[in-house]
Amino acid sequence: MVKPTRVTNSLRALRFANGQMTQAELATRLGVTRQTVIAIEQGRYSPSLEVAFQIAHVFGVPLEEVFQYPEESP
Amino acid sequence: MSKLFYMGAGVTHEEKRAWILGITAIASYAVYLAVILSRADGRPLAEVPYVAALLWTVGASIATTIVLSIIASIVSGDAGKKDQRDREIGRFGEYVGQSFVVIGAVAALLLAMAEAPHFWIANAVYLAFTLSAILGSIARIFAYRRGFQPW
Repeated sequence: MVKPTRVTNSLRALRFANGQMTQAELATRLGVTRQTVIAIEQGRYSPSLEVAFQIAHVFGVPLEEVFQYPEESP
Repeated sequence: MSKLFYMGAGVTHEEKRAWILGITAIASYAVYLAVILSRADGRPLAEVPYVAALLWTVGASIATTIVLSIIASIVSGDAGKKDQRDREIGRFGEYVGQSFVVIGAVAALLLAMAEAPHFWIANAVYLAFTLSAILGSIARIFAYRRGFQPW
């Protein structure tokens, strides 16, 4: 079983807030496949820091608004 | 389960290639085994002529993989598009498959030291290559379907 990531993201909400940007459109702007955008959105893939910053730049927001790393509950 | 075998537009070209490689490896080895076993006809396996059958099945397997990959890229229209995730999953598959190449090399080494017939040495290596391709493909397919974290 693949160890799930604790990283969460707001990709879906950000896409909708930015003129309902499609996954394909975002993929083209990032230079990745649409399947990779889907995998990131569903938490099945953690992108590199490079791609993470590129996503933040596309939406014009800081990285923390795209990806979050919640504190571990004690 | 049906989700695991989904092959529609949501499947990347590299994942299709992993399926093609895995299935071709299984099919070609099955054909090779069938040919060798049918030739045995009661005599010891080590005496069965295997070289031509091995070379033909390996050659046919490589050719089939190339042709099917080209067909898959023409059909889906995403020829050669490979991104960071594809490259990372590809490396992961190679890494997983690599273990069987090492096992095959060690098996061949031990068989050679024991002066085993060439048949068994060649077949140990061929089986290891096949298992490496199959295991590597399965690892890549699971990484695409179930998720992949590069850390």
